[in-house]
Amino acid sequence: MRKFLSVLSVLILGAQVAGAPPLAMAASSGMELLQNRCASCHNLTGPAPSTLPVLWARKGPDMFYAGNKYRKDWLVAWLTHPTRIRPAGMFYADHLKPGPERDVVDPSTLAPHMALSPSDARLAAEALMTLRAHDDLIAKENIPPGSISKSMGALVFDKFLGCIACHRVSPDYGGLSGPELYTAGQRLDPRFMASYIRSPQAWDPKIWMPNKHVSDSRIVQLVHYLQALSKGGSHE
Amino acid sequence: MSRLLALFLGGLIGGTILVAPSPAAIAASAADNYRTYCAQCHGLQGNGKGVNIRDMSVQPRNHTDADSMSRRSDDDLFTADKKGGLAINKSVLMPPWRDTLSDAEIHDMVRYLRTLCHCKYNAQ
Repeated sequence: MRKFLSVLSVLILGAQVAGAPPLAMAASSGMELLQNRCASCHNLTGPAPSTLPVLWARKGPDMFYAGNKYRKDWLVAWLTHPTRIRPAGMFYADHLKPGPERDVVDPSTLAPHMALSPSDARLAAEALMTLRAHDDLIAKENIPPGSISKSMGALVFDKFLGCIACHRVSPDYGGLSGPELYTAGQRLDPRFMASYIRSPQAWDPKIWMPNKHVSDSRIVQLVHYLQALSKGGSHE
Repeated sequence: MSRLLALFLGGLIGGTILVAPSPAAIAASAADNYRTYCAQCHGLQGNGKGVNIRDMSVQPRNHTDADSMSRRSDDDLFTADKKGGLAINKSVLMPPWRDTLSDAEIHDMVRYLRTLCHCKYNAQ
């Protein structure tokens, strides 16, 4: 028995030295965790891609402004139970194949996002919230509290501005080349939504979302609509 | 001094020739822009069958269709690309790309569209 225990100890110690250390030991701080486990796919320092090859090579969303983009409680929840936000992957064209009626997403090319333990998710979220590039853009936005009916919001989103072409507003309605927006209200800071709609290129110069020169009042309507979508139920 | 000036001018002109993009390079650049910005609706093959089209109320133009593309002038194509579909009385679903692409890139794009349809503008 003693011999068995000593062999077991050697095996455990050997595994720790030879392989990656246990997650709890590796993440002595949130920023270390980001560096060790997130930086290979997410840009933590900026700048955003300035050429198409760099844009195409991006494996995950830039995180160097995560503190201005995301809601912390959503980050913690999502990191423990990640779901797909971009139906066609990070760069949509790399995940398409021709279909009989239209190009379709090839799911075999999409990789799932890893899940973190609840404690690591909290550490990561706290560290992400300290990454706050573009404070100046956020400071320009002001979204007053308010609401919009889903029918009016849909009119603005679908018909007046055509956002539906690229974004889903429910799990099975809308376009696929942009991130889904039916959880955007839970996911994103309202001022970030406003600023990104105002000028996607100010955040991500080469992104395939166009600047539609949306007016201030329409931006407020869109943000209220996305918030209404995330709350579920009827907001007529 | 005049020899130095001649050398300088020679180098300048030579450098310009060396760095000027070839037609093939222009086409490649427009193809890259098409794949990045246009293919999401107009399709990877330019046939109007992009991944986004299922729920679009107006279907995107088929850029490989010589018949319909020959009825659009280069100026119209440039304007639609730069200012969006509404600028030529077409759909709001065609967005303006003026904050993404330069005028030179949009001119290249118009030339690229003509290679997709194998057609020229025909006013008839």
